[in-house]
Amino acid sequence: MNKTVNQKAWFLILPVLVLVGFSAVIPLMTVVNYSIQDTFGNNVFFPAGLDWFRDTLQSDRMWGSLKRQLFFSGIILAIEVPLGIYVALNMPKKGFWASFCLVVMSLPLLIPWNVVGTIWQIFGRVDIGLFGHTLAAMGVDYNYTQDAVDAWFTLVLMDVWHWTSLVALLAYAGLQSIPDAYYQAAKIDQASRWKVFRYIELPKMQGVLMIAILLRFMDSFMIYTEPFVVTGGGPGSSTNFLSIDLVNVALGQMDLGPAAAYSIMYYLVILLISYVFYTVMTNLDKRDGVK
Amino acid sequence: MAKITLSNLAHSYLPNPTGEDDYALKELNHDWVDGEAYALLGSSGCGKSTLLNIISGLLRPSRGRILFNEQDVTDAPTAERNIAQVFQFPVVYDTMTVRDNLAFPLRNRGADAAYVQQRVQQIGRMIGMEAELDRKARGLTADAKQKISLGRGMVREDVNALLFDEPLTVIDPHMKWELRTQLKELHHEFGHTMIYVTHDQTEALTFADKVVVMYDGRVVQMGTPQELFERPEHTFVGYFIGSPGMNVIGATVKNTSAVISGQEIALGNVFGDPAGKVELGVRPEFVRINEGGEGLPARISRVEDVGRHKIVRLDMGGSNVDAIVAEDATIPADGVSVTFDPAGINIYSDDWRVAPVGEDAA
Repeated sequence: MNKTVNQKAWFLILPVLVLVGFSAVIPLMTVVNYSIQDTFGNNVFFPAGLDWFRDTLQSDRMWGSLKRQLFFSGIILAIEVPLGIYVALNMPKKGFWASFCLVVMSLPLLIPWNVVGTIWQIFGRVDIGLFGHTLAAMGVDYNYTQDAVDAWFTLVLMDVWHWTSLVALLAYAGLQSIPDAYYQAAKIDQASRWKVFRYIELPKMQGVLMIAILLRFMDSFMIYTEPFVVTGGGPGSSTNFLSIDLVNVALGQMDLGPAAAYSIMYYLVILLISYVFYTVMTNLDKRDGVK
Repeated sequence: MAKITLSNLAHSYLPNPTGEDDYALKELNHDWVDGEAYALLGSSGCGKSTLLNIISGLLRPSRGRILFNEQDVTDAPTAERNIAQVFQFPVVYDTMTVRDNLAFPLRNRGADAAYVQQRVQQIGRMIGMEAELDRKARGLTADAKQKISLGRGMVREDVNALLFDEPLTVIDPHMKWELRTQLKELHHEFGHTMIYVTHDQTEALTFADKVVVMYDGRVVQMGTPQELFERPEHTFVGYFIGSPGMNVIGATVKNTSAVISGQEIALGNVFGDPAGKVELGVRPEFVRINEGGEGLPARISRVEDVGRHKIVRLDMGGSNVDAIVAEDATIPADGVSVTFDPAGINIYSDDWRVAPVGEDAA
């Protein structure tokens, strides 16, 4: 079929361009604009070059938050992915209990972030919270408002409670798509349970697990509401994650320039890490040519 | 290697089967002789895969026993039965190399490394993938994957039986021929008991010593390809095997003659007075077309030239009859009549063959 050249076709994508312009490009450019200018008020701006970026990169506070953030994402991925797979492997495959498990597991996913934060904020309190009070009654020295380790423990536990279901549901979907013949063949080949997992289930889950890891990484790296509600970044700055720190800079101190530079770099870091994740994992996929 | 005995075996997928119709596999007594190659032939849903899965232990039969060399294995798990099975769609371990795939069943049984190496090489040569042994199985074509599955099935030498569940469905025709030949060679070489499920009659007839035809959960006939051709025990066998299948025409039969739409036809044998729904079956190979004269009047509705011979579709007083004539035969245009070679005529009562008086009850 011969294609005719008609430049007017560009007009057809104009509505989308306008929409994307308003929804993404213009707000983003405003941030870029702030990041390279300074103001003394009265809506008068003057160029500031890359000063804000330099300042942010030299800020110990930012580096501290970044480290905490990476540490947090690392911990929750290390817990949620294996746990989610384990849960998925042990879920009923069909019948009433399969649906029951699916519904029960989806429940945490349907709760709004700030509600999750509030739940755990109260749940963990030593005076009235079921969890905190029980621990205290058992003689465990636990207080998330005063002890950094306890605060971390609470946040990680909360995230695991909130999001392991997502990994489990995705892994479950991956498992369900494995034809019976694979398990039958494995029986005939006398493969052990571990080998069935290692050579059948895990490879077949690879695609969905990649999505799960990416989603959980991005979400946990941007986490704001829950720690803000539970610990507010404390005690001290022990749970001061990047997004909490950023909001402090932007809204607490009203340092729009540094905050803009901060958010652009924040965004680029997420983009970079997601890209690396994606590339590495798709390359794992392609590693099948002749060695 | 083992003789496999099925004793009063029946299977239903329902928890409480009541009538005969609830059974996917109707009661069955059968011996699979050690070292023979069988084909299990039948249309989809006739119970052949059910039977295969019962033999391999993936399904537990609702009733009856299954014995390997007289030893009851009805409740033995698949792993203990020491059988190999190849499935309809390729099952390969994607992340392993072709070599590891082939070695997998051997290594799981703790075979000696040197033996594994040598055996895998041998199987690799047999399935024509020697050059690709070190490649990852992922990304191979469907037929290459199926070859790996076949190879994995054949890699163990001590299996009790080799079961194939329509293994060549995904393989292209040229390769099909080659693999089937290899399977047959393998059978001659090692003498495994082989059961090969298929719905393709060519595959069944070329592969097996004995063909078992199943219909509606029942084994309707077991025999050599020749027996299936000459003496189909059931109209289904006649219709299912042959291309085109056997002509089955309603008739009344009395002793040595049959009457079809008022015309009398001489039969070569004595059939007594069969009751029920009586039909006359004759393969297209035994139908003769005459220009006018004696026989049943018919009208030619279509002629198909398939290369080696011609298939003539006739309309004979409302019923369709197929005939096979030589490639160079001239086909009369009009006013034809057909006659049947008495040697090729079988008589059926309620779909089952009526043995003529004096025939061995074989």
